[in-house]
Amino acid sequence: MVLAKQKLLAMSGDEAVAYAVKQSKVDVVAAYPITPQTIIVEKFSEYVHDGEVDTEFICTESEHSALTACLTASATGARTFTASASAGLALMHEILYVTSGCRAPVVMAITNRALSAPINIHCDHADSMVERDACWIQIYVENSQEAYDSTIQAFRIAEHPDILLPVMVMLDAFFLSHTLENVNVLPDEAVQKFVGTRKLPFVITHENKRALFKLDPQNPMTMGPLDLYDYYFEHKRQQEEAMQKAPQVIQQIHDEYEKISGRRYGDGLIDPYRLEDAEIATICMGSTAGTVKTVVDQLRAEGVKAGVLRLRAYRPLPAQNIVDALKNVKAIAVVDRSHSFGALGSPMFHEMRHVFYDASTHPHLVNYIYGLGGRDMPPNLINEIYQDLLKIVRTNRAEKLVKFIGVRE
Amino acid sequence: MTSEKKGWKELPIAGVCWKPSTEYLTGDWRTYKPVRNPEKCNMCLICHIYCPDGAIPFNKETGEISFDYDHCKGCGICANECPKKAIEMVLE
Repeated sequence: MVLAKQKLLAMSGDEAVAYAVKQSKVDVVAAYPITPQTIIVEKFSEYVHDGEVDTEFICTESEHSALTACLTASATGARTFTASASAGLALMHEILYVTSGCRAPVVMAITNRALSAPINIHCDHADSMVERDACWIQIYVENSQEAYDSTIQAFRIAEHPDILLPVMVMLDAFFLSHTLENVNVLPDEAVQKFVGTRKLPFVITHENKRALFKLDPQNPMTMGPLDLYDYYFEHKRQQEEAMQKAPQVIQQIHDEYEKISGRRYGDGLIDPYRLEDAEIATICMGSTAGTVKTVVDQLRAEGVKAGVLRLRAYRPLPAQNIVDALKNVKAIAVVDRSHSFGALGSPMFHEMRHVFYDASTHPHLVNYIYGLGGRDMPPNLINEIYQDLLKIVRTNRAEKLVKFIGVRE
Repeated sequence: MTSEKKGWKELPIAGVCWKPSTEYLTGDWRTYKPVRNPEKCNMCLICHIYCPDGAIPFNKETGEISFDYDHCKGCGICANECPKKAIEMVLE
């Protein structure tokens, strides 16, 4: 293992993402500002202005246009990046599907922010959770260091010839986006060597020519044209195939990155903490995992066999890894910062229950919805969840399947 | 559709067209077809330029224009633009 010499910088999560993009030799950044993402593209525009990068920076009139500009630039073979949040991501909704359907490996940072109304600029996962079916790879990070590391990895994942899907890297609004943290950064050369240049696969065009997969007047081709019931389904099946291959690619790139940085996050897909002999556990995503780990340590000191599983990849969903990591656990709380109104619990809860349906072990699974609109999740509330789990194990019965925690009655 | 349909393992990704669109005979969408009156026509070729489907080819060797009824959708732009009113839209 040859570690690159790193330096420690004090940066917010947004600045850490901008720094990673600066080092990743991105050809085009198109963006529209929205709190709490703005600092990412604002900081990046400074790099452009100061001549630190030769990226083409496009100020668009909306997020819909920003993603369209990235998608079309990406279709010419360029490496592209954008960032958004909340209403901005919602406005991109249509183009999210066009981007994955055109197999454009755009990388986008999302600072997870609540959706209106009432208007709220603070953190919850509703904005990206609602886009989970758009065929974008989704990676949720715990801290700013991971936001930096994951952004660099995202370009490699997206552009991998077996994948060619766009990647979203999610960081929690304000908790990460605006909070100063010590972040280890790699030297420019090390990142540039790691990301390399974008490699394009070959496709057969309508002229029966073998051409690089990019828009090029020398080899004209049409991407994403009218595709009715006789072909659309096959193209969607291809996208699922790319998603099926994604877990292995995410892990491989995560391992390769560890070799230059010395950092890893679980197995790259899930980040288990003190789960080896755990009897009770929570499953969560994002910055809350940091607080949960602290509570787990306290409980462990008291002799309680508690653990936590943080999901890093949500799409593709690492189902088998989740089951394996929790195979000895008797009761699990799925702790979700988003909700599916009128459904039986939150989105993550549905999927975790689904994951365990065919598992050889059948732990109790309960759901806690927390922190909507940036409501804090302090250690005492997390402790309450673990106390509930202890009771479930003791009585072998869950009194209530879905609970809202931290909300005033 | 004249070619055998390919499966997802064979098809190019992203819906990249793997055969020319000329295989699709789109002329059967038409209700009215353009008919040229050679006596009124002065061969200005404005119809050839305006046709959005490239369905009014000009033969450089014979100096003649014709309608490609396999692809003409009967939009009537040629008849509308013709300065000599030499093109009539006729119900099929």
